[in-house]
Amino acid sequence: MSRLRASLTPYLLLFPGTLWLAIFFVIPTVVMLSLSLQSGDVVNGYAFTFNWHSYVDGISTYHDQIIRSLVYGLFSTLIQIVIGFPVAYWIAFKGGSRKSVYLFLLLLPFLVSFVLRTISWQFFLSDNGMLLGPLKSMGLVPQDFHILATSAAVIGGLAYNFLPFMILPMYVALERIDPRVLEAAQDLYASKVQTFLRVVLPLSLPGVFAGVLMTFVPATSDYVNASVLGGTSNTMIGNVIQNQFLINQDYPTASALSFTLMALLLVGIFAYARALGTEDVLEVAAR
Amino acid sequence: MRGGLLRGRGLQIYTWLVIAWLVLPIAVMILFGFNDTHGRFNTTWQGFTLKWYGKLFEIDDLTRALVNSLLIAVLTMLVAGVLGSLIGLALGRYRFRGAGAMNLVMFAAISCAEIVMGASLLSLFVTLAVPLGFWTIVISHVMFSISFVAVTVRARVMTLDSSLEEAARDLGASPWTTFRLITLPMIFPGVLAGSMLAFALSIDDFVITNFNSGGTVTFPLWIWGATRVGIPPQVNVMGTLIFAAGVLIAVANALVARRRANA
Repeated sequence: MSRLRASLTPYLLLFPGTLWLAIFFVIPTVVMLSLSLQSGDVVNGYAFTFNWHSYVDGISTYHDQIIRSLVYGLFSTLIQIVIGFPVAYWIAFKGGSRKSVYLFLLLLPFLVSFVLRTISWQFFLSDNGMLLGPLKSMGLVPQDFHILATSAAVIGGLAYNFLPFMILPMYVALERIDPRVLEAAQDLYASKVQTFLRVVLPLSLPGVFAGVLMTFVPATSDYVNASVLGGTSNTMIGNVIQNQFLINQDYPTASALSFTLMALLLVGIFAYARALGTEDVLEVAAR
Repeated sequence: MRGGLLRGRGLQIYTWLVIAWLVLPIAVMILFGFNDTHGRFNTTWQGFTLKWYGKLFEIDDLTRALVNSLLIAVLTMLVAGVLGSLIGLALGRYRFRGAGAMNLVMFAAISCAEIVMGASLLSLFVTLAVPLGFWTIVISHVMFSISFVAVTVRARVMTLDSSLEEAARDLGASPWTTFRLITLPMIFPGVLAGSMLAFALSIDDFVITNFNSGGTVTFPLWIWGATRVGIPPQVNVMGTLIFAAGVLIAVANALVARRRANA
């Protein structure tokens, strides 16, 4: 009896949470797949026809937005690596006893709502706002110069919003490096540059991978930045999905596009997960 | 050596610049909560005032949205806190068939794009004709928070020594007593951290809420809706107060941890 209980215990512990995830996370994905294969319209309702036309139509109509999302996601992720790596490096190796203070400062943005932060940028960058207003009145930039409604504004906003998610895993990986390994490299007459390129950089790669995983997905699928900072000509696939689902209520098209986005992202994630092992990724994600 | 020193200093300045960049929009938000604006647009500096702190709750819809957000966050914290902790405990403490699959589902839930989660949950609700509103938001928030709580608690459980529990059992404690007196106090910091994470994720969530809210409005949704007509200073003040509360909790937490480490 007691042995049976011991073997059942983990399943009893898992049961309620797993049930919740099954009903509200796993099953909805299947439901969405079935929705994407339906035909019909808002007025007459939709019926399951096992028809792929929503995918064909959706992708052919919105391929610009799909490609733009991938490009914006990729660029903002690269910018985050370039901006974030030196920060993670400095805190990990030179942060000393104040490491946690620096990490806390990096996490401050998360204490303000994502939407509010983005709107604050819109406000700061607006055509005659805090940044451009003074610059224009001093004649440093032309009167018709603008930052909002450009792809740079959207990519910058995405890079800003997800940067801490990039820095933290990189920091975790760098912080784990045993200083004795670096000493060993120097004892073996490696120059500082060689030590960095052949010891520090390879050891930091799992952190970079985890950071990419945590930032590329939300950046590529975001619609808040494009909508607040990008105007009408820089819409991403997220904007289309949101619009089709919530405004037009064209569920098959919206579902097909969500599924396409998910498939594209999954391919990337599984490539990373395979290279790393999911256990590692989860561990880094938990920190 | 000199070059190294310079480079170290350069990186330090650089780090502070990045931190400044991260904090800049927050500073702007806080500043314009003190702006003595009169029109509908709170966009140009008109002078310092504290009046918006006094008129904080004068916009009824906004106040209701904030109350909704807080209620949803507390419910999410409680439900996801318990369900996620149980999963974390199971995964951190026991070896069993299916643990790999469970880890995979949680990994998928953590790394899944929010818009895909929101859209698929809406697909379910639409298909079953479930009316959208307060409770569908709570359901969705619990759904995306569970895995984060579980991973946090699992990390804590894995660092603990199970011999204390074995000792309690050897001394004749029932499983429930062992759990109550040994396991729970040991994993509690993880449970607390996970629950607070769930609260923070919930109160900030926009995307999944946007899909599953129906007519119910939360704080981020209200701000989103007000973007086109202008954000009133009350939003800045509420944002500032939430920010300040977050900083206070984090600092208090750090101080307690430090005192404990020194003791």
